[in-house]
Formats: sequence, structure tokens, C-alpha cells
Amino acid sequence: MNGLGLLIPVALLLGLGGLAAFFWSLSAGQFDDLDGAAMRILIDEDDSEAEAAQ
Amino acid sequence: MSETVSHSEFVLPGIRCAACISKIEDGLSHTPGVHAARVNFTAKKVAVDHASTLDPAQIREAIRTFGFDAEPVLAEAPKADIESRELLKALGVAGFAAMNVMLLSVSVWSGAEGATRDLFHWLSALIAMPAVAYAGRPFFRSAWRALRHGHTNMDVPISIGVILATAMSLFETVTGGPHAYFDGAVALLFFLLAGRVLDSAMRDRARSSAASLLRQTAPGGLVLRPDGSTSWMAADRIDPGMRLLVAAGERSAADGLIEAGESAVDRSLITGESAAEAVKAGDRIIAGALNLDGPLTVRVTAAGPDTVIAGMARLMEAAGQTRSRYVRIADRAARYYAPAVHTLAAASFAGWMIAGAGWHQAMLIAVAVLIITCPCALGLAVPVAQVVAAGALMRRGILIKDGSALERLAEADTVRLDKTGTLTLGRPTPVGALSLEKEEASVALALARVSRHPLAVALASALEKQGTRAAELGRIAEIAGAGIAGEYAGAQVRLGHPDWVGAPDPGKVMATAFRLDGHAPHVIRFADALRPEAASAMNELKAMGMEPVIISGDRGEAVRPIAQALGMPAMVSLAPEDKLAAIERLERSGRKVLVVGDGLNDGPALAAGHVSIAPSSASDVGQNAADVVFLGDSLAPVPIALRAARRTQSIVRQNFALAIGYNVLAVPLALFGFVTPLVAAIAMSTSSILVVGNALRLRSCAR
Repeated sequence: MNGLGLLIPVALLLGLGGLAAFFWSLSAGQFDDLDGAAMRILIDEDDSEAEAAQ
Repeated sequence: MSETVSHSEFVLPGIRCAACISKIEDGLSHTPGVHAARVNFTAKKVAVDHASTLDPAQIREAIRTFGFDAEPVLAEAPKADIESRELLKALGVAGFAAMNVMLLSVSVWSGAEGATRDLFHWLSALIAMPAVAYAGRPFFRSAWRALRHGHTNMDVPISIGVILATAMSLFETVTGGPHAYFDGAVALLFFLLAGRVLDSAMRDRARSSAASLLRQTAPGGLVLRPDGSTSWMAADRIDPGMRLLVAAGERSAADGLIEAGESAVDRSLITGESAAEAVKAGDRIIAGALNLDGPLTVRVTAAGPDTVIAGMARLMEAAGQTRSRYVRIADRAARYYAPAVHTLAAASFAGWMIAGAGWHQAMLIAVAVLIITCPCALGLAVPVAQVVAAGALMRRGILIKDGSALERLAEADTVRLDKTGTLTLGRPTPVGALSLEKEEASVALALARVSRHPLAVALASALEKQGTRAAELGRIAEIAGAGIAGEYAGAQVRLGHPDWVGAPDPGKVMATAFRLDGHAPHVIRFADALRPEAASAMNELKAMGMEPVIISGDRGEAVRPIAQALGMPAMVSLAPEDKLAAIERLERSGRKVLVVGDGLNDGPALAAGHVSIAPSSASDVGQNAADVVFLGDSLAPVPIALRAARRTQSIVRQNFALAIGYNVLAVPLALFGFVTPLVAAIAMSTSSILVVGNALRLRSCAR
């Protein structure tokens, strides 16, 4: 029972943390361009300082 | 920052890869006046923050020099965005609650008893009740709206099921009973919200790329005061009797009579016709017409709501009302489903009471029936299939505005097509091979690029496609109503009207002439060519039993060659009202008409048809009225979209059959009291997975 008393709040807090992170990422526009995010990883930034500066 | 920053957005239909993203962002960030540029690949758009001194047309030109077509769009309508964000948040909350409650439920199912079980039930209640209150709102709202108007829809049984299950479980928890359905209630919400999110994502995607396409209608114009001074006035403040100055390259902000000046106007926004029309003093000009050559002074005869273009908008609004009465297939199913389910639950409650089970057990069984029959798979059956199909079509360059468009497209049994801009490209293209030598071609390109005249634009794009590079020219001048002159290596060059250039008169065809001093003049003929694959698309439509017919506003002799080439009948010389009447007549006789058109003159017909398709080259009026917009020149997307819609509909029906088949198996179990929360959870997930898996088969439907 003592184990539960510790583990359940921990599990709930972790879950709530995930939910809060989801809400934050939603409001920060991280879900606005899902296909683009997959593409951007392929952009070679070595030859463009302007990109890096952003 | 001292200067003001403006924000503009452009649609980029041509971006395909990571290199395109970096090319555009990189190029724009090196363009003077641009502060930041961010490409959204999903929406195929770029958002640019720039100095307000830089106007959108210049940015568009800049993007064009990187090799991409760009169309300016209105910045996103925030309302739609908020709606889908709300749904996503609700989905997040439901997902969180479903996972945690399920975790607790699993331990209850595996045999937790006494105080531990009660503790877990209480914890589940604490998580589930706020989650249901938050994540259930979209369903409760829509169910309430339907009930208030005396209808019923899918959301009614969903809401009743979820609320009853939660209330019953709370009662069980308080009294220390063994069965709580919290996990069922939140998992149900989670699955259904997933369907809703997909549905709204599809609508957003189409909206951002098609619905807001804006072809810069004039927001206002320069008004000439009686005392000779001029001032810029917004379109709604311009009154009849005022005199309007319309510079070359500007659109007229009102209808009127030309008082002074000579020019050519492009009325493609209104008519979809590409050929420039020569105008002089005394001629009429209507709002939205683009002045190509010289400045015009216009005496305003009608402004604001009285213009031809505004009248057309009203006609469209009225015509579109029939379509808003369309009831989606899921809601049609709910009309039969909801009463059946509720009767069944009530009957099982009554039956068990009569059998002497006590109201508590009878209630539990009734709730179990409601949960088992809650249209979880039904709620997913339609949106998943439609989203998968819309995604497949989108990859083929066909944008579906919403799910109901796919349903209506599948029902269409007749097709009516406009000619200019729909069956044809709607813009002049040079006829045959260009007879210019290499040197001449590069000079001609340099001249043609200067002008906005449709023939010059067509010539420039044809030459660029050949890989011609523009020559260096000096003293370039555009002469209104004649053409463009310049100097190349000391020699005079001219591109323009055949008479002015000194070429033989080509007769009554669209033509321009080019002459490099010391060489013979060349006459270049233009025609509004058929779209590629038009003939095969029409044959396919015929094979599908769609009976394609041309409805054109053009003269009979202009339509005849097209009709003959495609082997289909045509109705000619139709005013917009006549087109509308023709469509309405068909609709009244019980046909479901698919209208394909592009111009403003097709707007009312597009709105009146059961479903409508427009090419992306259409006027913004046409694009807004259409349910489906296709990119590119080819006409093949029309039969492709039709076939995909029909296939989607058959998958939707299969999904319904799967969902109902599952109910037929599960309901007797629930009726006889064998359904525990564990059985409900397994049954619900299995049927949902089946439905989603079946819908995924549509991924190749647009091939």
C-alpha cells in the first residue's frame, strides 16, 4: 500500500507533465507544419549562415 | 523597430522537397526589406514578415525568380484555427485520462478488491470526470444544438452514453460497487475525438491552400475630384458619378463608363476569358477588370453592392442554400441508429425490472447496452475513410474542401462543364512551334517579359520553357495599344500588334508579331488550347455514365471546335443566370449534377450544383464556390476525384457494415448482462481498429 501511495501520484504527475508539454507545444505552433519538420532535417545548413542565424 | 512590419502569406503549389524550402527561405532572407520568411510545407505556404514599403507583388516576383509560382493569400482565418486547436486539446486531455484510468482499471480487472478497488475507483473518478467535462464539450454542444432544433445526430447517443456511463460509475464508486465504466467513457471520447480531429485537419488543409486564394480585387481606387485634385478612396466609399483614375496594371474598383483614355482590359476575373479586350472612351468597364495598357478615366455608374460582381455574389449565395441543407451520411445513419439504440437500452431496463432484477442491476445493464452500442466505430467510419482519401487526392494535386464534398461527389450522376478556362487552359498559348531563331528568341523574351499583356506573358512563358535566356536590351518602352519597342545591339526591335510591327495582317485570330531590324518579321499565332488529357478525361466520364455536356457563355462558333474535338454536346451563349437555371432544372428533375467551371460567370452554377470542381487557375469566386480544386493544367483530376470519391463511399459503407455487425454480436451479450467494463473496452478497441484498418486501404485510391 505504501508503494502505491508513492507510485500513483508519481504516475499521475508524469502524465500531467506530458499533457502540459502537449498543450505548450500546441500553442507554440509545433504541430503547424508536420511534413515540413520531416523535410527540414535534410536541409544542409553549412552553406547558409542566414539559416543558422535564425 | 522604427519601421512598420507587414505580414503576407503566399501559396506555393510547386514545393516538393527540402531543397525547395531552403531555396525559398534562403532567397527571401537575402531579399532587401524581408525580415523573416518561414515555409509551411504541409500547407504549401510561406509566411513573410517584411517592411511595409515592400508590397506583396514584389515579393511574389522575388519568389518567381527562385523558380516557384506564388499566389498571395489572405492571412489565415483565425476562427477555423481555434476550432481545430480546441479539438486537439480535448484529444490530449482525453488521451491522458484514458491512459491513466485504463492503468487503474487493469488492476481492478486483475483482481484488486476491497479498499484498493475503492481507492482506484475514486482515483478514476477524479481523473475521468473533469476529463469528460472538458473533452466531451464538442459532442455535448453539437448534441444540444441538434436537440434544440428537434433533430438528432450522431452526437446525441454519444453524449447520452458518456454522461450516463459517468453518472452510473460515480454511483458505483460512492456505494463501493464492483463495476465502474470510467475507462469506457474516456476511451470512447478519445476514439471519437481522434475522428473529429482528422475531419477538421482535412478541412483546414484545404482551406489554407484553396479557399482563401485571393486574386487582388481592387480594395479602392484613385478618385479625381472636380477641382482636379486626386485622393485614394476605399471601394465602399466610392459613389456613382465620381470619376475614377485607373492606371495601367490596376483593377477597376467600380462599374463605369470610360470617359477618356484608350487601353486593353483583361476581364478574366469576371468572365474567365483570357483575351484582352480593347476599350476606348464610351465603353463600359466593370469592377475587377484589369487595365493592361494605358491610364483610363472612368465615370462611375455603379459601386459597392450595385456592381455586376457583387450581384453575382448574391446570386451565388442564394444558389448555395440548397447545398447547406445536405445531410451528411453519418447524420443520416444516426437518424435511424440513435432511436434504435435508445429504445433498446430502455427496453432492456424495463425487461430486467419486470424480471425482478432490481433497479440498480437493470440500470447497470442498460448503461452497458448504451456503451456497447455507442457509435465508436461509426464515429470513426466516415472521417478516417475521408481523411485517407483526401490525403491521397492531395498528393495528386486535388484539394477537397471537406468530407461532405467527397460524399456529394460520389453521388453525382451528371456532369456539366464550362469551356473557357475549364476544358481549355483559359490562357493563350502559341500555336505550333515558334519559328524564331536563337538570337531572335532571346530578344523576344527580353521584350515580352516587360509587358503584362496576356499574349506577351504567354510568349515569355513559352520561350522560358524552351530554355531561352533573355538578351540585354536598351531603351525598352511599352507603347499603349501597340506593343513594346527596344534596342538590341544598335538595331530596332519591336514586339506587338502586327500592323505596328509591319507584319502581314494575320486576320481574325489572336496574334502578335516580332521584328528584329534586318530580319523578316514573324507573326506568332495564339489560341486557347484544350487542357492536356481533356479528351481522355471526357471519355472516362462518359464511361462512368456521367453524360458530360458543355455549358458555355461563349458564342456557338467558338464552342463548336471544342465540342467536336471532345465529341460531346454543348449549350452555348448562356448568361450566368441561364447556366444557373440549367443546373437547377437538372437538380429539380432529380439529377445530382457535378459542375466544373472556373470564371465568375460560373459562380452561381458552381454553387447550385450538387457538387463542383474548379481548376486552380479559376477566378477566386470560382474557387470559393467549388468543393474541389485541382492544381495543374491537366483535366485528368476530374475523373480521378470522381473515382476516388466513389471508392471512398463504398469503403464508408463497408465500415458501417463492420460497425453494425459488431453491434449485432455485442448487443445480445450486453442485453443478458454479460458485458463487464473489461469486455466493453476490448470490444470497443477491436471494432475501431478494424474500421481504421479498412479505411487505410484508400491510400492508393487516387492512382
